[in-house]
Amino acid sequence: MTIDAKTSHAQVDYGDGTARTVNVSLVDVKVGDYVLVHAGFAIQVVERKEAEETIALFKEMLGAAGEA
Amino acid sequence: MFELRDKAVADEIVRKLKDARVHLRFMHVCGTHQETLVRHGLDAMLKGCGITVSQGPGCPVCVTTAREIEEAITLARRGYTVASFGDMLQVPGRAASLAQMKTEGCDVRMVYSIEDAVGIAKTHPSKEVVFLAAGFETTAPSTAAVIASSPPKNFSVLSCHRMIPPALEAIMGMGELRIDGFIEPGHVSTIIGLRPYQPISREYHVPQVVAGFEPLDVLMAVWMLVQQVQAKKAIVENEYVRAVKPEGNVKAQAVMRQVFVPGDVAWRGFPVIPKSGLFLKSEYSGFDARLRFADVLAGLAGESFPELVGCRCGAVLRGVCASSECPLFGCQCTPQTPLGPCMVSREGSCRIEYTYQKK
Repeated sequence: MTIDAKTSHAQVDYGDGTARTVNVSLVDVKVGDYVLVHAGFAIQVVERKEAEETIALFKEMLGAAGEA
Repeated sequence: MFELRDKAVADEIVRKLKDARVHLRFMHVCGTHQETLVRHGLDAMLKGCGITVSQGPGCPVCVTTAREIEEAITLARRGYTVASFGDMLQVPGRAASLAQMKTEGCDVRMVYSIEDAVGIAKTHPSKEVVFLAAGFETTAPSTAAVIASSPPKNFSVLSCHRMIPPALEAIMGMGELRIDGFIEPGHVSTIIGLRPYQPISREYHVPQVVAGFEPLDVLMAVWMLVQQVQAKKAIVENEYVRAVKPEGNVKAQAVMRQVFVPGDVAWRGFPVIPKSGLFLKSEYSGFDARLRFADVLAGLAGESFPELVGCRCGAVLRGVCASSECPLFGCQCTPQTPLGPCMVSREGSCRIEYTYQKK
Protein backbone atom coordinates (compact mmCIF):
# COMPACT_ATOMS: atom_id res chain seq x y z
CA MET A 1 0.00 0.00 0.00
CA THR A 2 1.26 3.49 -0.85
CA ILE A 3 -0.39 6.67 0.39
CA ASP A 4 -0.67 10.14 -1.15
CA ALA A 5 -1.31 12.30 1.92
CA LYS A 6 -2.28 15.33 -0.16
CA THR A 7 -5.20 13.67 -1.94
CA SER A 8 -5.96 11.11 0.82
CA HIS A 9 -5.71 8.31 -1.72
CA ALA A 10 -3.84 5.05 -1.32
CA GLN A 11 -2.95 2.16 -3.56
CA VAL A 12 -4.44 -0.89 -1.86
CA ASP A 13 -3.54 -4.48 -2.66
CA TYR A 14 -6.83 -6.39 -2.72
CA GLY A 15 -5.04 -9.60 -1.83
CA ASP A 16 -5.53 -10.99 -5.31
CA GLY A 17 -2.59 -9.18 -6.88
CA THR A 18 -4.59 -6.18 -8.08
CA ALA A 19 -3.82 -2.75 -6.70
CA ARG A 20 -6.63 -0.22 -6.65
CA THR A 21 -6.92 3.42 -5.67
CA VAL A 22 -8.88 3.87 -2.46
CA ASN A 23 -9.86 7.03 -0.58
CA VAL A 24 -8.43 6.81 2.94
CA SER A 25 -9.75 10.11 4.34
CA LEU A 26 -12.12 8.31 6.75
CA VAL A 27 -9.35 6.35 8.54
CA ASP A 28 -5.90 6.88 10.05
CA VAL A 29 -3.60 4.57 8.13
CA LYS A 30 0.03 3.90 7.52
CA VAL A 31 1.71 1.84 4.81
CA GLY A 32 1.34 -1.86 5.59
CA ASP A 33 -2.04 -1.63 7.36
CA TYR A 34 -4.96 -3.84 6.40
CA VAL A 35 -8.12 -1.89 5.54
CA LEU A 36 -11.78 -2.71 5.02
CA VAL A 37 -12.91 -1.09 1.75
CA HIS A 38 -16.48 -0.14 0.81
CA ALA A 39 -17.45 1.67 -2.41
CA GLY A 40 -13.93 2.99 -2.97
CA PHE A 41 -13.39 4.22 0.60
CA ALA A 42 -11.44 2.56 3.42
CA ILE A 43 -13.88 2.47 6.34
CA GLN A 44 -11.77 0.72 8.99
CA VAL A 45 -8.28 -0.47 9.73
CA VAL A 46 -8.34 -4.15 10.65
CA GLU A 47 -5.69 -5.39 13.03
CA ARG A 48 -4.40 -8.88 13.55
CA LYS A 49 -4.96 -8.55 17.29
CA GLU A 50 -8.69 -8.13 16.69
CA ALA A 51 -8.82 -11.22 14.49
CA GLU A 52 -7.36 -13.09 17.46
CA GLU A 53 -10.06 -11.58 19.68
CA THR A 54 -12.67 -13.25 17.46
CA ILE A 55 -11.10 -16.62 18.21
CA ALA A 56 -11.07 -15.83 21.92
CA LEU A 57 -14.74 -14.79 21.78
CA PHE A 58 -15.69 -18.03 20.05
CA LYS A 59 -13.84 -20.10 22.63
CA GLU A 60 -15.47 -18.17 25.44
CA MET A 61 -18.98 -18.40 24.01
CA LEU A 62 -18.81 -22.08 23.23
CA GLY A 63 -16.87 -22.94 26.39
CA ALA A 64 -19.12 -20.98 28.74
CA ALA A 65 -22.20 -22.74 27.44
CA GLY A 66 -20.50 -26.11 27.79
CA GLU A 67 -19.99 -25.50 31.49
CA ALA A 68 -23.49 -24.17 32.07
CA MET B 1 -5.38 -22.43 12.17
CA PHE B 2 -8.89 -21.46 13.19
CA GLU B 3 -11.02 -20.56 10.19
CA LEU B 4 -14.39 -18.87 10.01
CA ARG B 5 -15.72 -21.73 7.91
CA ASP B 6 -14.55 -24.49 10.23
CA LYS B 7 -17.15 -27.26 10.02
CA ALA B 8 -16.42 -28.72 13.45
CA VAL B 9 -17.15 -25.38 15.13
CA ALA B 10 -20.33 -24.96 13.04
CA ASP B 11 -21.48 -28.45 14.07
CA GLU B 12 -20.79 -27.60 17.70
CA ILE B 13 -22.92 -24.43 17.51
CA VAL B 14 -25.75 -26.25 15.74
CA ARG B 15 -25.66 -29.02 18.38
CA LYS B 16 -25.97 -26.41 21.13
CA LEU B 17 -28.83 -24.69 19.29
CA LYS B 18 -30.68 -28.01 18.92
CA ASP B 19 -30.17 -28.79 22.60
CA ALA B 20 -31.58 -25.36 23.49
CA ARG B 21 -35.01 -26.46 22.13
CA VAL B 22 -36.18 -22.99 21.22
CA HIS B 23 -38.78 -21.57 18.89
CA LEU B 24 -37.56 -18.12 17.90
CA ARG B 25 -37.63 -15.55 15.12
CA PHE B 26 -34.68 -13.30 14.50
CA MET B 27 -34.28 -10.52 11.98
CA HIS B 28 -31.19 -9.20 10.26
CA VAL B 29 -30.96 -6.11 8.06
CA CYS B 30 -28.17 -6.84 5.64
CA GLY B 31 -28.01 -8.32 2.15
CA THR B 32 -24.64 -9.88 2.86
CA HIS B 33 -26.01 -11.68 5.92
CA GLN B 34 -28.86 -12.98 3.76
CA GLU B 35 -26.39 -14.24 1.19
CA THR B 36 -24.36 -16.03 3.87
CA LEU B 37 -27.55 -17.61 5.28
CA VAL B 38 -28.92 -18.84 1.96
CA ARG B 39 -25.71 -19.66 0.11
CA HIS B 40 -24.37 -21.87 2.88
CA GLY B 41 -27.74 -23.38 3.75
CA LEU B 42 -27.71 -21.91 7.24
CA ASP B 43 -31.35 -20.78 6.92
CA ALA B 44 -32.52 -24.40 6.56
CA MET B 45 -30.07 -25.59 9.21
CA LEU B 46 -31.43 -23.02 11.68
CA LYS B 47 -35.05 -23.85 10.83
CA GLY B 48 -34.19 -27.37 11.92
CA CYS B 49 -33.23 -25.86 15.28
CA GLY B 50 -36.53 -23.97 15.57
CA ILE B 51 -35.05 -20.65 14.53
CA THR B 52 -36.32 -18.51 11.67
CA VAL B 53 -34.07 -15.70 10.47
CA SER B 54 -35.61 -13.24 8.05
CA GLN B 55 -34.20 -10.26 6.23
CA GLY B 56 -35.78 -6.96 7.14
CA PRO B 57 -35.28 -3.65 5.34
CA GLY B 58 -31.55 -4.28 4.98
CA CYS B 59 -30.96 -3.57 1.31
CA PRO B 60 -30.39 0.08 0.44
CA VAL B 61 -31.42 -0.35 -3.19
CA CYS B 62 -34.62 -2.16 -2.16
CA VAL B 63 -35.80 0.43 0.37
CA THR B 64 -35.23 3.32 -2.02
CA THR B 65 -38.71 4.46 -3.00
CA ALA B 66 -40.27 4.62 -6.43
CA ARG B 67 -40.43 8.41 -5.99
CA GLU B 68 -36.66 8.66 -5.56
CA ILE B 69 -36.02 6.51 -8.63
CA GLU B 70 -38.45 8.70 -10.58
CA GLU B 71 -36.59 11.84 -9.43
CA ALA B 72 -33.38 10.47 -10.95
CA ILE B 73 -35.18 9.43 -14.14
CA THR B 74 -36.71 12.91 -14.43
CA LEU B 75 -33.26 14.52 -14.17
CA ALA B 76 -31.82 12.10 -16.75
CA ARG B 77 -34.69 12.84 -19.09
CA ARG B 78 -33.99 16.56 -18.73
CA GLY B 79 -30.51 15.93 -20.14
CA TYR B 80 -28.43 15.83 -16.99
CA THR B 81 -25.85 13.10 -16.42
CA VAL B 82 -27.04 10.68 -13.72
CA ALA B 83 -24.49 8.36 -12.10
CA SER B 84 -25.10 5.63 -9.53
CA PHE B 85 -24.18 2.13 -8.44
CA GLY B 86 -25.08 -0.66 -10.89
CA ASP B 87 -28.06 -2.09 -8.99
CA MET B 88 -29.70 1.33 -8.63
CA LEU B 89 -29.77 1.72 -12.41
CA GLN B 90 -31.78 -1.50 -12.81
CA VAL B 91 -34.64 -0.67 -10.41
CA PRO B 92 -37.85 -0.30 -12.43
CA GLY B 93 -39.36 3.18 -12.35
CA ARG B 94 -42.89 3.90 -13.47
CA ALA B 95 -42.15 3.38 -17.16
CA ALA B 96 -38.51 2.33 -17.27
CA SER B 97 -35.34 1.91 -15.24
CA LEU B 98 -32.40 4.30 -15.45
CA ALA B 99 -30.54 1.65 -17.45
CA GLN B 100 -33.38 1.57 -19.96
CA MET B 101 -33.33 5.39 -20.15
CA LYS B 102 -29.75 5.03 -21.30
CA THR B 103 -30.89 3.08 -24.36
CA GLU B 104 -33.19 6.02 -25.10
CA GLY B 105 -30.23 8.35 -25.27
CA CYS B 106 -30.08 9.62 -21.68
CA ASP B 107 -26.63 10.01 -20.14
CA VAL B 108 -26.72 7.42 -17.35
CA ARG B 109 -23.43 6.13 -15.91
CA MET B 110 -22.65 3.18 -13.69
CA VAL B 111 -19.98 3.92 -11.09
CA TYR B 112 -18.31 1.96 -8.30
CA SER B 113 -17.70 4.96 -6.08
CA ILE B 114 -18.96 8.52 -5.72
CA GLU B 115 -15.43 9.59 -6.66
CA ASP B 116 -15.96 8.15 -10.15
CA ALA B 117 -18.99 10.45 -10.51
CA VAL B 118 -16.90 13.43 -9.35
CA GLY B 119 -14.34 12.41 -12.00
CA ILE B 120 -17.03 12.59 -14.69
CA ALA B 121 -17.99 16.08 -13.50
CA LYS B 122 -14.34 17.20 -13.62
CA THR B 123 -13.82 15.80 -17.11
CA HIS B 124 -17.04 17.38 -18.42
CA PRO B 125 -17.32 20.82 -16.80
CA SER B 126 -20.18 21.80 -19.12
CA LYS B 127 -22.37 18.90 -17.90
CA GLU B 128 -24.49 18.76 -14.78
CA VAL B 129 -23.55 15.48 -13.06
CA VAL B 130 -25.97 14.11 -10.45
CA PHE B 131 -24.93 11.23 -8.21
CA LEU B 132 -27.90 9.15 -7.06
CA ALA B 133 -26.57 8.36 -3.59
CA ALA B 134 -28.03 5.24 -1.99
CA GLY B 135 -26.76 3.35 1.00
CA PHE B 136 -26.85 3.12 4.77
CA GLU B 137 -24.26 4.41 7.22
CA THR B 138 -21.58 2.30 5.48
CA THR B 139 -21.82 4.38 2.31
CA ALA B 140 -23.04 7.74 3.60
CA PRO B 141 -19.60 8.81 4.93
CA SER B 142 -18.13 8.56 1.42
CA THR B 143 -20.78 10.97 0.14
CA ALA B 144 -20.15 13.26 3.11
CA ALA B 145 -16.38 13.21 2.57
CA VAL B 146 -16.79 14.19 -1.08
CA ILE B 147 -19.27 16.99 -0.35
CA ALA B 148 -17.03 18.32 2.42
CA SER B 149 -14.01 18.45 0.11
CA SER B 150 -15.41 21.04 -2.34
CA PRO B 151 -16.36 18.97 -5.40
CA PRO B 152 -16.76 20.75 -8.77
CA LYS B 153 -19.67 23.17 -9.07
CA ASN B 154 -21.38 21.07 -11.75
CA PHE B 155 -21.64 18.11 -9.35
CA SER B 156 -24.61 17.41 -7.09
CA VAL B 157 -26.08 14.59 -5.02
CA LEU B 158 -29.60 13.16 -4.91
CA SER B 159 -29.39 11.77 -1.40
CA CYS B 160 -31.26 8.55 -0.68
CA HIS B 161 -29.02 7.71 2.28
CA ARG B 162 -30.81 6.17 5.22
CA MET B 163 -29.95 5.08 8.74
CA ILE B 164 -30.57 1.61 10.16
CA PRO B 165 -31.44 2.23 13.86
CA PRO B 166 -34.60 4.29 13.12
CA ALA B 167 -35.81 1.48 10.84
CA LEU B 168 -35.31 -1.09 13.62
CA GLU B 169 -37.36 1.10 15.93
CA ALA B 170 -40.05 1.45 13.26
CA ILE B 171 -40.27 -2.34 12.87
CA MET B 172 -40.54 -2.90 16.62
CA GLY B 173 -43.03 -0.05 16.92
CA MET B 174 -45.26 -1.44 14.16
CA GLY B 175 -45.47 -4.73 16.02
CA GLU B 176 -46.46 -6.59 12.86
CA LEU B 177 -44.06 -9.41 13.62
CA ARG B 178 -42.75 -10.92 16.83
CA ILE B 179 -38.99 -10.45 16.77
CA ASP B 180 -36.89 -12.19 19.41
CA GLY B 181 -33.60 -10.61 18.42
CA PHE B 182 -31.71 -8.63 15.81
CA ILE B 183 -28.52 -9.60 14.02
CA GLU B 184 -27.04 -6.19 13.31
CA PRO B 185 -25.08 -5.37 10.13
CA GLY B 186 -21.32 -5.56 10.51
CA HIS B 187 -20.22 -2.78 8.22
CA VAL B 188 -22.94 -0.30 9.21
CA SER B 189 -21.74 -0.93 12.76
CA THR B 190 -18.11 -0.40 11.72
CA ILE B 191 -19.18 3.21 11.20
CA ILE B 192 -21.79 3.81 13.94
CA GLY B 193 -20.44 1.53 16.68
CA LEU B 194 -22.68 -0.09 19.28
CA ARG B 195 -24.28 2.86 21.04
CA PRO B 196 -27.07 3.75 18.56
CA TYR B 197 -28.59 0.27 19.06
CA GLN B 198 -28.80 0.47 22.84
CA PRO B 199 -32.05 2.47 23.19
CA ILE B 200 -33.82 -0.20 21.08
CA SER B 201 -32.77 -3.00 23.41
CA ARG B 202 -33.85 -0.96 26.40
CA GLU B 203 -37.19 0.19 25.02
CA TYR B 204 -38.35 -3.05 23.40
CA HIS B 205 -36.37 -5.53 25.51
CA VAL B 206 -34.92 -7.09 22.36
CA PRO B 207 -31.42 -8.67 22.23
CA GLN B 208 -29.04 -7.49 19.50
CA VAL B 209 -25.74 -8.90 18.24
CA VAL B 210 -23.53 -7.17 15.67
CA ALA B 211 -22.20 -9.87 13.35
CA GLY B 212 -19.62 -10.40 10.62
CA PHE B 213 -20.36 -12.12 7.33
CA GLU B 214 -18.68 -15.52 7.40
CA PRO B 215 -20.95 -18.52 8.09
CA LEU B 216 -19.50 -18.95 11.58
CA ASP B 217 -20.01 -15.24 12.35
CA VAL B 218 -23.73 -15.58 11.64
CA LEU B 219 -24.10 -18.89 13.51
CA MET B 220 -22.26 -17.47 16.49
CA ALA B 221 -24.47 -14.36 16.47
CA VAL B 222 -27.55 -16.60 16.52
CA TRP B 223 -26.11 -18.58 19.43
CA MET B 224 -25.32 -15.35 21.32
CA LEU B 225 -28.92 -14.19 20.76
CA VAL B 226 -30.31 -17.52 21.98
CA GLN B 227 -28.19 -17.28 25.11
CA GLN B 228 -29.53 -13.78 25.76
CA VAL B 229 -33.13 -14.95 25.25
CA GLN B 230 -32.60 -17.85 27.65
CA ALA B 231 -31.05 -15.56 30.24
CA LYS B 232 -33.89 -13.05 29.65
CA LYS B 233 -31.28 -10.44 28.75
CA ALA B 234 -31.65 -7.71 26.14
CA ILE B 235 -28.31 -6.07 25.48
CA VAL B 236 -26.16 -5.11 22.50
CA GLU B 237 -23.27 -7.52 21.96
CA ASN B 238 -20.51 -7.50 19.38
CA GLU B 239 -19.50 -10.67 17.56
CA TYR B 240 -17.61 -8.78 14.83
CA VAL B 241 -14.84 -7.49 17.11
CA ARG B 242 -12.28 -7.63 14.32
CA ALA B 243 -13.96 -4.80 12.40
CA VAL B 244 -16.35 -3.08 14.83
CA LYS B 245 -15.11 -0.93 17.68
CA PRO B 246 -17.62 0.01 20.37
CA GLU B 247 -17.32 3.69 19.42
CA GLY B 248 -17.38 2.97 15.65
CA ASN B 249 -15.42 5.06 13.15
CA VAL B 250 -15.35 8.45 14.85
CA LYS B 251 -13.79 10.21 11.85
CA ALA B 252 -16.56 8.99 9.56
CA GLN B 253 -19.23 10.00 12.09
CA ALA B 254 -17.75 13.50 12.27
CA VAL B 255 -17.86 14.10 8.52
CA MET B 256 -21.44 12.74 8.39
CA ARG B 257 -22.47 15.17 11.14
CA GLN B 258 -20.73 17.99 9.30
CA VAL B 259 -22.57 17.40 6.02
CA PHE B 260 -25.89 15.70 6.80
CA VAL B 261 -28.96 16.49 8.83
CA PRO B 262 -31.40 13.66 9.70
CA GLY B 263 -34.86 14.02 8.19
CA ASP B 264 -38.11 12.09 7.86
CA VAL B 265 -38.28 9.82 4.83
CA ALA B 266 -40.45 6.98 3.55
CA TRP B 267 -38.90 3.57 2.97
CA ARG B 268 -40.31 1.16 0.42
CA GLY B 269 -42.82 -1.01 2.26
CA PHE B 270 -42.90 1.37 5.22
CA PRO B 271 -44.61 4.62 6.09
CA VAL B 272 -42.43 7.67 6.72
CA ILE B 273 -39.81 6.78 9.33
CA PRO B 274 -38.94 9.80 11.49
CA LYS B 275 -35.36 11.08 11.26
CA SER B 276 -34.21 8.08 9.23
CA GLY B 277 -32.99 9.90 6.12
CA LEU B 278 -29.76 11.82 5.62
CA PHE B 279 -30.14 15.13 3.80
CA LEU B 280 -27.52 17.76 2.97
CA LYS B 281 -27.27 20.62 5.47
CA SER B 282 -28.19 24.08 4.21
CA GLU B 283 -24.54 25.18 3.90
CA TYR B 284 -24.10 22.47 1.25
CA SER B 285 -27.40 23.18 -0.51
CA GLY B 286 -25.54 24.06 -3.70
CA PHE B 287 -24.70 20.36 -4.02
CA ASP B 288 -28.24 19.18 -3.23
CA ALA B 289 -29.82 18.06 -6.51
CA ARG B 290 -33.33 18.35 -5.04
CA LEU B 291 -32.84 22.07 -4.38
CA ARG B 292 -30.69 22.80 -7.39
CA PHE B 293 -33.24 21.27 -9.78
CA ALA B 294 -36.34 22.00 -7.72
CA ASP B 295 -38.09 23.41 -10.79
CA VAL B 296 -37.48 20.22 -12.81
CA LEU B 297 -38.65 17.99 -9.94
CA ALA B 298 -41.63 20.14 -8.95
CA GLY B 299 -43.95 18.13 -11.21
CA LEU B 300 -43.45 15.00 -9.07
CA ALA B 301 -44.60 16.63 -5.83
CA GLY B 302 -48.31 15.91 -6.08
CA GLU B 303 -47.98 12.47 -7.67
CA SER B 304 -48.37 9.13 -5.95
CA PHE B 305 -46.34 6.05 -6.72
CA PRO B 306 -48.39 2.92 -6.08
CA GLU B 307 -46.63 -0.44 -5.85
CA LEU B 308 -46.95 -2.75 -8.81
CA VAL B 309 -49.97 -5.02 -8.37
CA GLY B 310 -48.85 -8.40 -7.06
CA CYS B 311 -45.33 -7.30 -6.10
CA ARG B 312 -44.68 -8.17 -2.44
CA CYS B 313 -41.38 -6.29 -2.05
CA GLY B 314 -42.87 -4.12 0.70
CA ALA B 315 -43.95 -7.14 2.74
CA VAL B 316 -40.63 -8.90 2.07
CA LEU B 317 -38.78 -5.83 3.40
CA ARG B 318 -40.88 -5.86 6.57
CA GLY B 319 -40.03 -9.53 7.06
CA VAL B 320 -43.67 -10.66 6.93
CA CYS B 321 -43.41 -12.40 3.54
CA ALA B 322 -40.71 -14.79 2.31
CA SER B 323 -39.50 -14.16 -1.24
CA SER B 324 -40.78 -17.56 -2.36
CA GLU B 325 -44.28 -16.65 -1.12
CA CYS B 326 -44.61 -13.78 -3.61
CA PRO B 327 -46.87 -14.86 -6.49
CA LEU B 328 -44.52 -13.22 -9.01
CA PHE B 329 -41.32 -14.83 -7.65
CA GLY B 330 -39.49 -16.84 -10.26
CA CYS B 331 -42.38 -16.59 -12.76
CA GLN B 332 -42.86 -13.06 -14.06
CA CYS B 333 -40.18 -11.70 -11.74
CA THR B 334 -36.63 -13.01 -12.29
CA PRO B 335 -33.19 -11.35 -12.26
CA GLN B 336 -33.48 -10.98 -16.06
CA THR B 337 -36.92 -9.34 -15.84
CA PRO B 338 -37.17 -7.93 -12.31
CA LEU B 339 -40.49 -6.33 -11.38
CA GLY B 340 -39.45 -5.21 -7.90
CA PRO B 341 -36.14 -4.02 -6.40
CA CYS B 342 -35.72 -7.09 -4.16
CA MET B 343 -35.12 -9.10 -7.37
CA VAL B 344 -32.82 -6.43 -8.82
CA SER B 345 -30.28 -5.93 -6.09
CA ARG B 346 -27.59 -8.43 -5.23
CA GLU B 347 -28.48 -7.54 -1.64
CA GLY B 348 -32.19 -8.19 -2.22
CA SER B 349 -33.81 -11.19 -0.58
CA CYS B 350 -35.57 -12.29 -3.80
CA ARG B 351 -32.44 -12.09 -5.92
CA ILE B 352 -30.45 -14.08 -3.35
CA GLU B 353 -33.21 -16.68 -3.02
CA TYR B 354 -33.43 -17.03 -6.81
CA THR B 355 -29.66 -17.24 -7.27
CA TYR B 356 -28.98 -19.95 -4.71
CA GLN B 357 -32.22 -21.94 -4.57
CA LYS B 358 -33.67 -21.71 -8.06
CA LYS B 359 -30.61 -22.39 -10.17
